[in-house]
Amino acid sequence: MPIAIGLEGSANKLGVGIILHPSSSTPSSPHDSAHSEDEAFTSKPTSPPVQILANLRHTFVSPPGTGFLPKDTAAHHRRWVVRLTKQALKQARIQLEDVDCICYTKGPGMGAPLGAVAIAARTLSQLWDKPLIGVNHCVGHIEMGRAITGAENPVVLYVSGGNTQVIAYSAQRYRIFGEALDIAVGNCLDRFARVLNISNDPAPGYNIEQLAKDGKCLLELPYAVKGMDVSFSGILARVEELARRLTTTTSTNPWLDPDTGLDITKSDLCFTLQETVFAMLVEITERAMAHVGAQQVLIVGGVGCNERLQQMMGIMASERGGSVYATDERFCIDNGIMIAHAGLLAHGKGFETKLEESTFTQRFRTDEVLVNWRD
Amino acid sequence: MPRALSITTHNASLGEAPLTPEWHSRTVASETAAHKMSFTAVPTASNSYQLNDSNEVQPLHSLPPPFTTTSSPGQTSSTKLIRQGAEALLYYTHFLSPSLPCALKYRPPKSYRHPILDKRLTRARILAEARVLVRCKREGVSVPAVLGAGWEEGWIAIEWVNGSTVRDAIFGRKTWRQENQASYEGGEKDLVGLMHKIGCAVGKLHQVGVIHGDLTTSNLMLRPTVSGAEGGEEPSATSAATPFDGTITLIDFGLAAQSSQEEDRAVDLYVLERAFGSTHPEVEHLFPEVLKAYGESYKGAKVVLRKLEDVRMRGRKKSMIG
Repeated sequence: MPIAIGLEGSANKLGVGIILHPSSSTPSSPHDSAHSEDEAFTSKPTSPPVQILANLRHTFVSPPGTGFLPKDTAAHHRRWVVRLTKQALKQARIQLEDVDCICYTKGPGMGAPLGAVAIAARTLSQLWDKPLIGVNHCVGHIEMGRAITGAENPVVLYVSGGNTQVIAYSAQRYRIFGEALDIAVGNCLDRFARVLNISNDPAPGYNIEQLAKDGKCLLELPYAVKGMDVSFSGILARVEELARRLTTTTSTNPWLDPDTGLDITKSDLCFTLQETVFAMLVEITERAMAHVGAQQVLIVGGVGCNERLQQMMGIMASERGGSVYATDERFCIDNGIMIAHAGLLAHGKGFETKLEESTFTQRFRTDEVLVNWRD
Repeated sequence: MPRALSITTHNASLGEAPLTPEWHSRTVASETAAHKMSFTAVPTASNSYQLNDSNEVQPLHSLPPPFTTTSSPGQTSSTKLIRQGAEALLYYTHFLSPSLPCALKYRPPKSYRHPILDKRLTRARILAEARVLVRCKREGVSVPAVLGAGWEEGWIAIEWVNGSTVRDAIFGRKTWRQENQASYEGGEKDLVGLMHKIGCAVGKLHQVGVIHGDLTTSNLMLRPTVSGAEGGEEPSATSAATPFDGTITLIDFGLAAQSSQEEDRAVDLYVLERAFGSTHPEVEHLFPEVLKAYGESYKGAKVVLRKLEDVRMRGRKKSMIG
């Protein structure tokens, strides 16, 4: 039974995961996977069921008003990677002989943190004499989302701090149908949080979501959708302007909503930003669904935990007679298990990253990966 | 209330016009019920229709007034749903009088987004499309005329364009030749002529400062050059010299924008080039004819063609992080 260790560190989360694919002989065969259904974490007829032995994560949290810098984040990963790996092995209760391969994030992401984790993976590979598998971060998200939710052939909305893409599978590639033309949606949310000094713990997006629940007034922001592409930089500039206006508002100089006469609050800004950017995301997803004739949507990536986004996507999907699949923070937010899972799928098809080639890259497009484990 | 752009009066008696869709309920009572539920989400339907208790098929969205009108039982319908896109429904119907056929594009409310945002977007998009069409019409680009629009309700009524799409015409070329027993002597002359016409049409569009945004062969129509009465008349196939007779008319300006930038124009051409490649690979080798005609169609077109080289090199999108 193949077991893989996955190391993820493309941004401020360091993740170590250990995965087991029970139906070892022919992981792509639907018949074999059906037999091992009962002991599997989740299963579906089209892809092998997986068993999660360990899924640990440690997040580098920067103080409010600041973002995570590559240098500090890399130092954080270096400090924690050994401890986390040891703990994961202990939790999984496996022998080193059982491990088939070491998977790591090759890209895309921030250079320094990627490098720190790539070195860790290379070291483990040499130390234990195991093959290395370099994994595309985006493909990791997609494959994990499919494995957990059982979505067979969904349109994927991948939304995180560094990526915003609408993806659909076609002929052994995950094709990008639409994407953000400038900054990612998560980056837009994070940077907005900094202006208002919203805490980065556990995540700025999470705190914006909580604040937005009290929001009532919808202010006007730009809305930038072009075909299946979106742009967030103009929206960020405008909402930052509004946020600065809010910080200068005093009781003698109030800022009132012209319609309701209520004071504009932090919550209203969070609410406005969420409603606007999520509407854009749902719109391009719907367009991609209509384009490829898909009925399922899968949301992956850190922003995908947002319950308002999931709700809006659910309404859209049900109106089209489709359904939405989403996962919780364990699998949405960057984690090692998804790297292990995607790496093991590739390893099953004979893929291996030689030591000389075990580099990392900040730019690594989703459609560059040959997805030969799918039909 | 709906507002007409080019036709300013609204006749109240139009309510009795035969605008009822086939699948609409026959009685006034259920009509009202259908209208009430039209804007709420209806889950679980696997297509755009759902079966209610009486197993009658009902549309997910009913049309906004004045298009949702009653009709006497047994009357045949003249409103047909032609296509359902991601955000708009396209109907064939009549506007103001039964003798004026039109294409009705309806953007139903999206319940996933905030109602204020939804209103704002629908309004902006209906108006943008209407403005682009009016501008094209005024400047002499062959586009369908805008008959009316209700930007609060989300509809735009556009002149019905007879004829076939360029896509269907190219697919039907072989059949046409067999039927018309035309020899193959002309070679690809007919196709070259078509390409030339397309290039000129796109050039004219760009010249007036409009970017289509979704140029495909399905959005290019061959409108028969009718000499007699307007509309409704079928062109006689035998009188046509090639399968591609007629005027190129551009349709579906849902993604159009007003721009005179070379970059935008080049991307527009690139989208068309890619559409030819994927839909009509057998005639792709003639696409340079489109560009040749385009290059001569207006001043500044040559610069756009040079820009197209850059766009080809990098694709429509830049390679970016992630």
